[in-house]
Amino acid sequence: MATNKILSKPDAFYENFERSANADKKTTHYCPGCGHGHVHKIMAEALRDFEVADHSVLVSPVGCSVFAYYYFDVGNIQAAHGRAPAVATGVKRTHPHSIVMSYQGDGDLAAIGTSEIIHAANRGEHITVIFINNAIYGMTGGQMAPTTLIDQKSSTSPYGRSAENEGYPIHVAELLNSLQAPVFIERTSLHTPQHINRTRKAIRRALQAQIDKKGFTFVEVLSPCPSGWKLNPVDSMKWIEENMLKNFPLGNLRDRIDETPARERATIELTRDMLLKKLDLLKPESTMPARTTVEERFQDPEILAAGFGGQGIMLLGVAVAEAGMREGYQSSWIPAYGPEMRGGTANCSVRVSEREIGSPMVHNPNILLAFNRPSLEKFEADARPGGVIFYDSSLIDIVPARTDCDIVPIPFTKLADELGNTRIANMVAFGALVGYTNLLNLETCLEALHTVVKRRNLVELNQQAVRKGFEVGQEMRRQAR
Amino acid sequence: MSKILMKGNDAVLRAAILAGCRQYFGYPITPASEIAESAAYYMPRAGGTFIQAESEVAAINMVYGAAGAGGRVLTASSSPGISLKQEGVSYAAGAELPSVIININRAGPGLGNIAPEQSDYNQLCKGGGHGNYKTPVLAPNCVQEFVDLVRKAFELAEDYRTPVYLLADGVIGQMMEPVEFPEPVMELPRKDWALYADKESKHNLISSIQLEPNDLEALNVHLQEKYARLQEKEVMVEEYRTEDAEYVFTGFGIVSRILRSAVDDLRKQGMKVGLIRPITLMPFPEKEMAALADRVKSFLCVELNNGQMLQDVKLAIQCRRPVHFYNRMGGNIPTTDEVVQAALSCFKEA
Repeated sequence: MATNKILSKPDAFYENFERSANADKKTTHYCPGCGHGHVHKIMAEALRDFEVADHSVLVSPVGCSVFAYYYFDVGNIQAAHGRAPAVATGVKRTHPHSIVMSYQGDGDLAAIGTSEIIHAANRGEHITVIFINNAIYGMTGGQMAPTTLIDQKSSTSPYGRSAENEGYPIHVAELLNSLQAPVFIERTSLHTPQHINRTRKAIRRALQAQIDKKGFTFVEVLSPCPSGWKLNPVDSMKWIEENMLKNFPLGNLRDRIDETPARERATIELTRDMLLKKLDLLKPESTMPARTTVEERFQDPEILAAGFGGQGIMLLGVAVAEAGMREGYQSSWIPAYGPEMRGGTANCSVRVSEREIGSPMVHNPNILLAFNRPSLEKFEADARPGGVIFYDSSLIDIVPARTDCDIVPIPFTKLADELGNTRIANMVAFGALVGYTNLLNLETCLEALHTVVKRRNLVELNQQAVRKGFEVGQEMRRQAR
Repeated sequence: MSKILMKGNDAVLRAAILAGCRQYFGYPITPASEIAESAAYYMPRAGGTFIQAESEVAAINMVYGAAGAGGRVLTASSSPGISLKQEGVSYAAGAELPSVIININRAGPGLGNIAPEQSDYNQLCKGGGHGNYKTPVLAPNCVQEFVDLVRKAFELAEDYRTPVYLLADGVIGQMMEPVEFPEPVMELPRKDWALYADKESKHNLISSIQLEPNDLEALNVHLQEKYARLQEKEVMVEEYRTEDAEYVFTGFGIVSRILRSAVDDLRKQGMKVGLIRPITLMPFPEKEMAALADRVKSFLCVELNNGQMLQDVKLAIQCRRPVHFYNRMGGNIPTTDEVVQAALSCFKEA
């Protein structure tokens, strides 16, 4: 039985490699003496023995093993150069029940994909990464890899790798061992049957850990590349032993599998209403409040509010837009964006309109609210004739020169202070705007604050401010008539 | 559902979840970060995944993996980040993987600034990465349309098995407008080509490699047929007051809102002006543009770039009418008056 198991082709391999373009559908495309075949076989046997092939996904990299999907009878996805751990992350996060293996060579993983492997490991992705280190770019024809040894010749290090020019071989297992999340990191080799057996054990342990939901597992395998090294297969094994082992010490660097508890993301099943609630979209249907009669010159107004950052200008604008929406108007709010932000003013444009709103950016307001002197100086000239300019007379010591607009000085800040909080000057202004122009119902504005003011315990104070402003606004209007 | 006043960047993410999206992979960049922030908050609540990736490149490859696994998956970025994602988009186009990518276009080139531009038109509409591929590009001009189009984008992505871009800008992203959200999609059909990590799907292969030139040519021909089908069936365009127009504006995104105001202003001055707004930039509304060219004296194309859609307008009407151009760059947005003045001077010439 045991003999049979060793000699049979594991059924996690396809019987015939139909995806291969070669006429021969029985043998792999790997060169004689290449290490990929050993590692593939170890993986396929493990997938069979653990009975996980049906829900496994293999990520093929760029490199000689780009065609790993020819052979493995599992779900297959081929990744861009270096990106296999990111692709594996996407697969695993979509299907937490899947067994995901990312299979990469040294150019793919340790050069162009350095970032992806480090961060997948650091997130502790529940994937198994098999890293084939043969110190050379095999597929592209023997160029220098990040793991190429000092003095090793390759087509792009023809004089041998020099530390001065190319630095030193990267030790990926050791690098990853500096991270907290991985549960298993081991370096093995294929240069003797004993080491192949150790590789087998490491890969099986790593895969089992993933099945047991333990976390990120990583096996680096020193692997022969006779074609890339320009050696015969036997000498290649010797070359690993004599050269690679000195640079890449074998052994387990970390095994925290047993002491790590299984971790599983809870899946959530939501009904429609639960989903809407989670998205903060479940709002009670409300009846449309009555509208006011708006004087023609204030219909479909273009509103600009400006002041210092921190004066609540943005919130004032949002409150107007929210109340407008509640009365069934089209409305828009947009913060100043770009160069207007400079020069000591923060401002926002608000439109409330019966008709579809064209440009949401207000350049010529018919309602201007100025909360500081720079804002008044900057925007006064832009106000539309026949419009209204509100300004905070407690902070602004100049008087607008315009005679073709209503000029409405109101001490927003002083009134807010009298109500006990300087920060509600913006809401005094909101009330004043509405009281003066009759644009919206006071009730709608007060209701709107339940949405606009995020801290519930401050809603009432803000409402007081709106009421106060409303009274003052109405009074100013009476005086203006 | 009743209307809610909401920022574009926040609204589009919640609309994506309502469309059945449960995976978001992204990297922070102004002015698109609110989409990631909203995803970080809402995805876990909806039982989905949010990962702040280590790079734009990793993010788009996570999207590739999740899409290959059959998920509805979203990422968002802004111009420099989109440049970085192009490699992954090319792979997804080659492997025919659906996904939605939002670009909140900022001003470039290089680091540029974070103010609105439309300078990624070419990058998005003409392929952007390597190879003979294109991707559908939808350009909303208000928050409601941002919400509506993200669902449309997922549907197109899956119907045509392609990445789809939503191209917006900082104004659409930052602006608050009333939004009515559509009913949530509670169940998604299984995709027969995707990897579900089960026995039924394990013979599926997600790949863009085709070693044999004939095989790769066949894939390319197949892709071009797909784009022709998109051109045939999926054009979205809005026309405003074009029935009797002698002159027409064209522009997309936030510019079209300004143009709409300019049309109204010019009409008040007695000038017969209309507006044609492509909602799909790829496929481009070629027939609609050409039909207008039969009736109008000239076009004025207004863009926040160096004249990128302009080329498509000229091609669509085969230069049968003058196509004037007015633009701002660097993050500046023209005022309505500015556009009206530009129109008065060039429509008079025509």
